[in-house]
Amino acid sequence: MLQLTNIKKSFRKKNDVVNVIDNFSLTVDEGKFIAVQGASGSGKTTLLLMIGTLLTPDNGTVLINGTDPYSLNPEVRANFRAQNIGFVFQQFYLLPYLTVLENVLTSNLVFKKANAKEKALKLLQHLNLEHRLTHLPSELSVGERQRTALARAVLNQPKLILADEPTGNLDAENGAVILDYFKKYAAKGNYVLMVTHSKHAAETADRIEVLDGK
Amino acid sequence: MTFLKLIIKEISYRKLNFWLSILSAAVAAGCLIGALTFLRAHKLRTEEIIDRKEIETKKRVIKLEDDYRKITKKMGFNVLILPKDQNLNDFYADDFASKYMPENYVHKLANSKIVTIRHLLPSLQQKLKWPEKKRTIILIGTRGEVPNVFKSPLKPLVQPVNPGEIVLGHELHSSLNISIGEVVTLLGKSFKVSKLHRERGNKDDITAWINLKEAQILLKKENKINAILALECKCAWAGLAKVRDEISEILPDTQTLESHGKALARAEARDRAAKEAVAALDAVKHHRAVMLAEQKDFVSTLVPAVIFVCAVWIGVLAFGNSRDRRYEIGVLRALGVSSKNIFFLFLTKAALIGFAGAVLGCCAGFFAGMLIVSDKSQTVSLFALFQPNALILTLAGATILSVTATWLPALSAARQDPAEILRKE
Ligand SMILES: Nc1ncnc2c1ncn2[C@@H]1O[C@H](COP(=O)(O)OP(=O)(O)O)[C@@H](O)[C@H]1O
Ligand SMILES: [Mg+2]
Repeated sequence: MLQLTNIKKSFRKKNDVVNVIDNFSLTVDEGKFIAVQGASGSGKTTLLLMIGTLLTPDNGTVLINGTDPYSLNPEVRANFRAQNIGFVFQQFYLLPYLTVLENVLTSNLVFKKANAKEKALKLLQHLNLEHRLTHLPSELSVGERQRTALARAVLNQPKLILADEPTGNLDAENGAVILDYFKKYAAKGNYVLMVTHSKHAAETADRIEVLDGK
Repeated sequence: MTFLKLIIKEISYRKLNFWLSILSAAVAAGCLIGALTFLRAHKLRTEEIIDRKEIETKKRVIKLEDDYRKITKKMGFNVLILPKDQNLNDFYADDFASKYMPENYVHKLANSKIVTIRHLLPSLQQKLKWPEKKRTIILIGTRGEVPNVFKSPLKPLVQPVNPGEIVLGHELHSSLNISIGEVVTLLGKSFKVSKLHRERGNKDDITAWINLKEAQILLKKENKINAILALECKCAWAGLAKVRDEISEILPDTQTLESHGKALARAEARDRAAKEAVAALDAVKHHRAVMLAEQKDFVSTLVPAVIFVCAVWIGVLAFGNSRDRRYEIGVLRALGVSSKNIFFLFLTKAALIGFAGAVLGCCAGFFAGMLIVSDKSQTVSLFALFQPNALILTLAGATILSVTATWLPALSAARQDPAEILRKE
């Protein structure tokens, strides 16, 4: 179970204090693909980073399969992140100097798993990237880049996938591939949480939460 | 995928940054090893020069000695002029003449047209007990040379003793532990020790020399002398008989003996030649030492300055690199790489840069140092120049330098907030 209870986050902007997330609670059951929809600036990314153990909430608790990641020391939390969370971003954030295969294998930097390479190859084949293995990100189409990022996110089979506007830079067709993958991935007993401003993308999820902000 | 592979991939992607960093490390390392090699080369070269000079000097001394030997041989002998009534048995037994002659005899001789003798040394000698020291000594009063008016002035062979001063033979000063500048009392009068002679192995060793006038007063023999030593008698062609004849014509109540002067002259000549050679060698050594000190001075300001600039350069480049890699750092953190790992990622790269730069710099610096040397010397070999310690020092030093210079940039990279980076759209 993924459980957020009364999450609060505010930022100080000069003398103003902006409450970006105010008392947000959410429970996601295993096997569910959840979309959090909201306008630009409504705090979607902020929420995603808090769930992703990268941004400490001012208030409230995050429980991922019963673990409060913010109770762990930074070193252990980083390890926890490597094992349990996969990220997909709108800008892909692939390392420009690594090939497709190598980029996928960066998930193996910290959390070493046996047969990582075979798994990566299988994944890439599944995502129609087998002919792109040795290409650099700059040589790929945006759809291919996002599929590479997706393969990287799921290589360790994490319990939780966090996606921030994953289809924001993609055409409908490529976007559909990603969304479809999320649905299937969640169905295997994982959680996928996607934040998006796109109603269209959100509608593919099992459930939509609306973040109205302020 | 490993961190090392990641580092290498990144290096080959951002080549310019990497090579500029390597260059900085290489310049620092090259500068250090170049300086060390250069100083070492200087040392070897100095040894080489001094060795050669020493051999040259030895040869020169031998040659000089030989020359002097030949010259003194040609000179024939030195003669000693004593009062006629001096009993020679007593003279040889006592080491001094007990009869006296007027001091102006020497002027008579000097003003005569005698050609066979030069360098006239009048003296008043007496063997006596040095009452203050309870030692038997030969006291010689000397006034240096009396110039011969009919000959061109020569450089005096024997220096006079100034009034108030005393010169001591080896046995006296060494056994009494007297050093130059000390004041000693002789027959109730104070003398300042102006010179100490080296061992000569003859009666000179127990002799004290003072000014003639003072000796005459001390011994109550005003205007008297008891010997005239005539050095460098140029009479190989004439022999002692001719010299005797000439002298007795001018100074009828004297007798003339051959003196020990040959050995003395030779010893002095050899002494002078050796001193001169040693002085020349010392001058070379001094010159080289001054040069080395100047070079060390130069090196010890230049090298740290260059190294400092290189370190700053490496640091600046590392900062640039960490800025270029902002997104990379953000995503690596999202992938579970800890901030500690990021820190070590940068430091490992820095260590690689430092080491690789040092290898390059060592090659360059070593050959540069060698070129400078080989320009001047063929005998200082490459093997002699090679210093394993300097090499290890430089390799380790450059690595540490690069790591140290990258410390702050690495820290700043590690401290970047991934949330801050990843929230940007
Ligand atoms: N570190 C921060 N400092 C100040 N303001 C921030 C910070 N992070 C986010 N914000 C503000 O919080 C709001 C929500 O941002 P974000 O979560 O990125 O929204 P969204 O992803 O929905 O577009 C924005 O107004 C943004 O300017
Ligand atoms: Mg956002």
